[in-house]
Amino acid sequence: MNIHEYQAKELLKSYGVPVPAGGVAFNPIQAAQVAEEVGGSRWVVKAQIHAGGRGKAGGVKLVSSIDEVKKVADAMIGTRLVTHQTGPEGSVVQRVWVEHASQIKQEFYLGFVIDRGCQRITVIASSEGGVDIEDVAAASPEKIIKEVIDPAIGLRDFQCRKVATAIGLKGKLMPQMVKLMKSIYRCMRDKDALQAEINPLAVVAGEEDQLMVLDAKFNFDDNALYRQRAVTEMRDLSEEDHKEVEASGHGLNYIALDGNIGCIVNGAGLAMATLDAITLHGGRPANFLDVGGGASPEKVTNACRIVLEDPNVTCILVNIFAGINRCDWIAKGLIQACDALKIKVPLVVRLAGTNVEEGRKILAESGLAFITAENLDAAAAKAVATVNG
Amino acid sequence: MSVFVNKNSKVIFQGITGEHATFHAKDAIRIGTNVVGGVTPGKGGTRHPDPDLAHLPIFDTVAEAVAATGADVSGVFVPPPFNADALMECIDAGIKVAVTIADGIPIHDMIRLQRFRVGKDAIIIGPNTPGIITPGECKVGIMPSQIYQKGNVGIVSRSGTLNYEATEQMAALGLGVTTSVGIGGDPVNGTDFLAVLKAFGEDPETEIIVMIGEIGGPQEVAAARWAKANLTKPVVGFVAGVAAPAGRRMGHAGAIISSEADTAAAKMDAMEELGLYVARNPAQIGETVLRAMRENGIKA
Repeated sequence: MNIHEYQAKELLKSYGVPVPAGGVAFNPIQAAQVAEEVGGSRWVVKAQIHAGGRGKAGGVKLVSSIDEVKKVADAMIGTRLVTHQTGPEGSVVQRVWVEHASQIKQEFYLGFVIDRGCQRITVIASSEGGVDIEDVAAASPEKIIKEVIDPAIGLRDFQCRKVATAIGLKGKLMPQMVKLMKSIYRCMRDKDALQAEINPLAVVAGEEDQLMVLDAKFNFDDNALYRQRAVTEMRDLSEEDHKEVEASGHGLNYIALDGNIGCIVNGAGLAMATLDAITLHGGRPANFLDVGGGASPEKVTNACRIVLEDPNVTCILVNIFAGINRCDWIAKGLIQACDALKIKVPLVVRLAGTNVEEGRKILAESGLAFITAENLDAAAAKAVATVNG
Repeated sequence: MSVFVNKNSKVIFQGITGEHATFHAKDAIRIGTNVVGGVTPGKGGTRHPDPDLAHLPIFDTVAEAVAATGADVSGVFVPPPFNADALMECIDAGIKVAVTIADGIPIHDMIRLQRFRVGKDAIIIGPNTPGIITPGECKVGIMPSQIYQKGNVGIVSRSGTLNYEATEQMAALGLGVTTSVGIGGDPVNGTDFLAVLKAFGEDPETEIIVMIGEIGGPQEVAAARWAKANLTKPVVGFVAGVAAPAGRRMGHAGAIISSEADTAAAKMDAMEELGLYVARNPAQIGETVLRAMRENGIKA
């Protein structure tokens, strides 16, 4: 689960991490009020959508009058922002974050991720801030610093000092960095975050130079939301694909793709392999859909309905290898779905595993025109042949 | 022979009175697994309501179960929020192999569990796995046991259903397995590909190994690299998700492309460079195993 930048900044602030003074606004008047409360003479107005790449897409503006704050907020709110991460349809801006414009002296990258190699939370830092860390890693890997955290011991001061030194933070900035890093780690652990990315972390000029988080991105563990009420409350469903949200409500895992062969499969690995098999036969899958274990007839009907909501779908490929599932239930579900949804597109069905004979018998005796396939390869070939007419 | 579990394994089921555990404990017994008891906190000393399992002693704690039965393997059928604790209980009680089926254990729980294990020799299979099966000897998991025939191929996979798919393709060609190990679809897992490859390498009956990976994480390539340097047995590789878009979690918590190295194509390219037999088509895993066996003079 992702959250907005303003939510991440408010969360970090509650952990004592310095962020610029600012506030969220849902309309231009609120934006102007926030700017007045924050004070000063220069502000940054930032469109709040989950996708990255906002700056280049015109979603971040530096302004120097209250009037301008209002104007910029008015222009941003309600419009679709298209960044390299949103896809061509973009994402509607529903709120902006207005903050005091910092006088930036230096920018850094600071990330906390779960390193899948060592299976521990790892700090990644770089003196190259404000740019894509993947690019830095590719172009100049020596500028990437990593520090692994022992979950039993926690993040130690000396580790933070190592990171600070490596990216060039000296003097009073060093103890600031130690405090900031430990606070972010504590926040990540408390809130079951999978990732906390601070980019940029900046040295900001003031009476004294100060470290400050200028942008923050958090990603939380969906599997831990049951124990994270405050995090769950930050969820913005309008930022998520409504069909994916609806599917997950039915215990289905759905991801829209851009082809025309709808897919209903059990198990994530087999579902991915089914997309691969379709692609190898020259076809284009319309979606990824994992019905999971224990697929009841109702679940199968819901899966068909969600897949068919995509107008591009001209054929459905059902590929089930039942372990914990039962092929007879799947077959009954398909017949129910055909009846309830008046399915007109051809259905290619491959059943295997638990109760396969019963399942095939139910399909054969239904009198409905299922195109059956004995194995994965045949199923993919038949589906592709069907859409190619 | 086999890896991790065999006919001498003494198996308990944690959460044995639950619906899935009941069903699969019965299936395990049916294929020959030596199930010696169960654990359900609060139900110690009671009888299992299912007549087929009523003969098994039920305990409140794993420690009691181990003391009374000598159990060394546990099937952990415990809901995700309590699962990591149940695994720690296994390790504490001296269980040698714990298999955890649960899909949805918080990742921070798994990180803590991995730390808890340091210095202890317990093997954790999973989470988010169909489990492990040595055909005719021992099953701890939820896979359809009827598709697994005895043979000389060791299978290890992240996905459950893709494991079944490969197993069926092999069975159609007359190929059976020594042990099938599901390491699970989560990003932090108890046993990785490399550990299973090592075990298969030491098992005299396993003559060839099939490794079925998917997008996300460095495990497949790390294991392939180790295999090139250390294994004389041939390894067949497949990686699912060539058609998967970047940045999306494809059903499994761990199946997400975060960098170029995470893609299926990059992993299969690396496997090929490291000398593995790679099946580029998921429908040809069985055929690729057969070809590798012929080229290496291995009989089915």
